[in-house]
Amino acid sequence: MMKRKKLVPYYYIIPGLFMVLFFVYIPVICNFIYSFFHLSSYSSTKVFAGFDNYIKLFTNDTFPIMMKNNIMYAVISLIVQVGFGTVIALLLESKLTGRLRNVYRNIYFLPALISLTAVGLLFTFIYSPDVGLLNSALRAMGLENLTQSWLGNSKTAIYCIIAMSQWQFTGYITLLMVVAIQNIPRDYLEAAAIDGAGPFRRAVNIMIPLVKEQLLVCSIITIIGAFKLFTEVYSTTSGGPGNSSQVLGVYLYQNAFLHDKMGLAAATGVLIFIITVTISIIQIVVTKSGKV
Amino acid sequence: MLANESVQINNTKKNKILSVLLNIFFIILVISIFLPLIWLLINSLKSNNELFNNSLALPSKWLFSNYAEAWGKGLFSYFKNSLIVSSASLILIITISALLAYGLTRFHVKGGNIIFFIILGGMALSEQVALVPLYKMLQAMNLYNTYFAVILPYIAFRIPFTVFLMRAYFITIPKELEEAAYIDGYNSFQIFYKIIVPISKPVFASCAIVNLNFVWNEFLFANVFLESKEIMTIPIGLMTFQGDMKANYTVMLAGIVIASIPMILIFLSMQKQFIRGLTAGSVKG
Repeated sequence: MMKRKKLVPYYYIIPGLFMVLFFVYIPVICNFIYSFFHLSSYSSTKVFAGFDNYIKLFTNDTFPIMMKNNIMYAVISLIVQVGFGTVIALLLESKLTGRLRNVYRNIYFLPALISLTAVGLLFTFIYSPDVGLLNSALRAMGLENLTQSWLGNSKTAIYCIIAMSQWQFTGYITLLMVVAIQNIPRDYLEAAAIDGAGPFRRAVNIMIPLVKEQLLVCSIITIIGAFKLFTEVYSTTSGGPGNSSQVLGVYLYQNAFLHDKMGLAAATGVLIFIITVTISIIQIVVTKSGKV
Repeated sequence: MLANESVQINNTKKNKILSVLLNIFFIILVISIFLPLIWLLINSLKSNNELFNNSLALPSKWLFSNYAEAWGKGLFSYFKNSLIVSSASLILIITISALLAYGLTRFHVKGGNIIFFIILGGMALSEQVALVPLYKMLQAMNLYNTYFAVILPYIAFRIPFTVFLMRAYFITIPKELEEAAYIDGYNSFQIFYKIIVPISKPVFASCAIVNLNFVWNEFLFANVFLESKEIMTIPIGLMTFQGDMKANYTVMLAGIVIASIPMILIFLSMQKQFIRGLTAGSVKG
């Protein structure tokens, strides 16, 4: 055990601790305070508002639309990214794919490396009514009557954005699950193989139970991500048409920096805080660990 | 014996068929990943007229000039800004987090558990919740619309996750190594950079890639805290570029390609170390 001057370890700790307290914790605490005030970005005047901002947030017509969109995003991402992504990981690691499996894995991961804005702009093109890949492909297949303005239609806009995210992030979860599966001790799988368990039974009875903690971590990350959703919507529809693809994150941004209602934005921030922190606490309790 | 062998032959046959089917499935997935990207590449090399005529056809003339135009009309400057912001953020994220993780794991620190809990708790706090107060703070500190306006928050928001990954790795380093060095007269900082840093390369590599992917592609803070075109990073620059290139779609598409290439190249060249380091604990960065 290293016994040295008592202050030494703190020299290592203080710079990082200071940065996190000053630029993460203090702003989050200030956000709570702001949510009880009417305040503007151009002046320093603060008017106490009580619960006014919260009442405005919860009674707004867009509130149910936002909650529905954020929840839909979470549910579909859970099914596709975590569910399907895990199935892909299990199939990749089933040893039936040969040497190509690392190539597949890397290709599936590639979209996660492209910035959300670049993907957003790309898919704005793909969904565009005249030149877009989607409509062009439908026309080429003779499905002319299915073509439409995908992002311009209030019924399809949010689902197009959700589909885009599945394209971008399913491979990310696949990679995380592959890493977890590779961490399973080889002897377990070999013992099962000797006992006559085929690839399918090895996957269901051995791999899944041994990676269930990682599966939970991926699920929580995905749900939290759904409630922090911002760039994907901002770079494609900005919440439109109407407010049909509005989500909490874009609503916060627009109120703070376009409508100059920073108090209302702060109240939206508190709601995002409560949802995401509650989910994180559930994770810590369920996995009984500090892993987030 | 013979019966057993025939079962095994049957099994390998079955496995071969399974393997072919699986490969077909994986190739369909590869196509679904590549299709939008190939469409992007093809159309980024066309004229606008050709794009509007048929976006599925190959270009009649490959217009590499679209790339030159995108680069010249702003992307170069956004690229340079991203390089400055990303490299400064990345170096500081890794250095500060490594020191913090070292201080927490290799010493008995009074209040160490509380400090660790505070740092990890930072992972649960999202950028949006801090957005409005940070904007006001950066204005009050006269940092708004400077490189520091994004570098400082990037560092602060990435420390918790980075410390989490590094801590998991540092814990596995045997104490005997440092004790020997201590007897040789090393002080704690020498132990840190002569022993801990060299054997922690894999985890440093994954931290570098995950954080680089974050800072290179970050949009929310950059969009709010950087106002003038001269200091915009690539993701917001691209949005501005789209506005500037309203009538010139194919140059826009070339811009998307240029913005996406660096991270893909870095990942492909470092993917082995990345995967190895990730095994310490995996989180969606």
